[in-house]
Amino acid sequence: MLKLDEIQKRLLREVADLHGVPEGAYNIRSNSASAGRQSTANIEIVPKEEVSGLEIRIKPGTKNESVHIPVVMTQSGLKEVVYNDFFIGEGADVVIVAGCGIDNCGNQDSQHDGIHRFYVGKNARIRYVEKHYGSGTGSGKRILNPGTEVYMEEGSYAEMEMVQIKGVDDTERTTTAELAAGAKLVVRERLMTHGDQRAISNYVVNLNGEGSSADVVSRSVARDHSFQKFDAKIAGNAACHGHTECDSIIMDEGRILAVPALEANNVDAELVHEAAIGKIAGEQLIKLMSLGLTAAEAEEQIINGFLQ
Amino acid sequence: MLELKNISFQVDAEGKDKEIIRNISLTIPDRKLVVVTGPNGGGKSTLAKLIAGIEKPTGGRIFFNGEDITELGVTERAQKGIAYAFQQPVRFKGIRVLDLIRIAAGKTLSISDACEYLSAVGMCARDYVDREVNASLSGGELKRIEIATVLARKAVLSVFDEPEAGIDLWSFRNLTEVFQQMREDIHDSSILIISHQERILEIADEIIVLKDGQVEKQGTRNEVYPNLMINEKAAVCEGPFKMTAKEGTEC
Repeated sequence: MLKLDEIQKRLLREVADLHGVPEGAYNIRSNSASAGRQSTANIEIVPKEEVSGLEIRIKPGTKNESVHIPVVMTQSGLKEVVYNDFFIGEGADVVIVAGCGIDNCGNQDSQHDGIHRFYVGKNARIRYVEKHYGSGTGSGKRILNPGTEVYMEEGSYAEMEMVQIKGVDDTERTTTAELAAGAKLVVRERLMTHGDQRAISNYVVNLNGEGSSADVVSRSVARDHSFQKFDAKIAGNAACHGHTECDSIIMDEGRILAVPALEANNVDAELVHEAAIGKIAGEQLIKLMSLGLTAAEAEEQIINGFLQ
Repeated sequence: MLELKNISFQVDAEGKDKEIIRNISLTIPDRKLVVVTGPNGGGKSTLAKLIAGIEKPTGGRIFFNGEDITELGVTERAQKGIAYAFQQPVRFKGIRVLDLIRIAAGKTLSISDACEYLSAVGMCARDYVDREVNASLSGGELKRIEIATVLARKAVLSVFDEPEAGIDLWSFRNLTEVFQQMREDIHDSSILIISHQERILEIADEIIVLKDGQVEKQGTRNEVYPNLMINEKAAVCEGPFKMTAKEGTEC
């Protein structure tokens, strides 16, 4: 049985939209221990022995099933590195929901570094959702450093939604992907930083197989004194399509460094990058104000829409 | 009722003061459809922005239903019942047509109620409510959505800056019906339209001709319209689509 307090339940709602025990396979990690775990006939979740983490094995052909592996931390000063490996069988089609919520009311830093490796089998499809959230009034920082490695076999498809909207003080995200022929990777990152927060996002995507493609799009808002760096490299090593886009709003004293990079190692590689950084357009504010919103309400609407 | 008293608006152009609006006084009465016309560069759009609160006059006062609103900002004027349709509609990433209409209405409209405003401007509502108000929409589509947002406001005074620009002739015919309908639907409301189009001038109760930042003529449609000089009509034809409303003939 799950035993979670109200703060932990709130964190679970924020990071995984969970209001109770999820359907299907799950593992809920709370303050470095498993608070509940369930495998299904097709999805097996096994704890690793040498290091902290899980092996998640999804049988070939598994359809319309989901895996939830949220992490919540409420103890100040906790630091952990967790290795989760996902083996997605040929032709499977599943949804994987991860995410980490930290509530830090103490004065010591809390840190969760989740290293996720995905082995996506031939013609398999996954949708991966990862949300980060921080709360708590302590002076201790809330730190998340996710590492994601994606290995995609022929004809596979991965859609990754990475969201960090509130309360995480420091993040260094590294995502790497290797794509075989016909594989397709779609990344949608949404990020908002406040205060003195810092968020670094690094992507390296290698399009190795013919007909492989990647679409890496980041939308972000940097407020107050926060800093963001978006560094995305797509390398085309075959006849492939790659697109990366960083679209950012800066406010207050926020700073953003966008470093989109393309590397074409094959004459048939088609690679595109776009990057735009700017403050909210004055005419957008005026339009919404002319509909009766205050300047602050207009700003909120624009940001909410932008980060949808 | 809107009253402009001795309104002036100057801008700094290359170190020199340039007068865009020169000491204009005029009244937009209740229940009237007033069209402001005149050559390009005459100050028409600036006048609309001064009324909406987007620009502040450098001289004079503006009264709305007897209250001095000169110092009020865009939001406060909107909340008092002034609506403004942009000449160049604004695009938003992530904000849907439905969101914009709901914001305009100031309440949570049902989807079918929101669709009515889109249908009124000749759009197949179902195809558009969930679309983002972004660059994927054409200029004409954005313009119609812009007009729909003003309809949804049900404002006491609605100001349209060249509503016909970018709208094709077929829907343009419907556009005049939209204005007629607005007058019937919103009690005691008045409408101010900045336009070059004869078809819109033809439905005006009053016409104001603005030239070089001053009111050159003002009166009822019957007083002003027949006397619009040929050369002014020629200037009118320098609109963005270079056509008269009559059967869309090229100027």
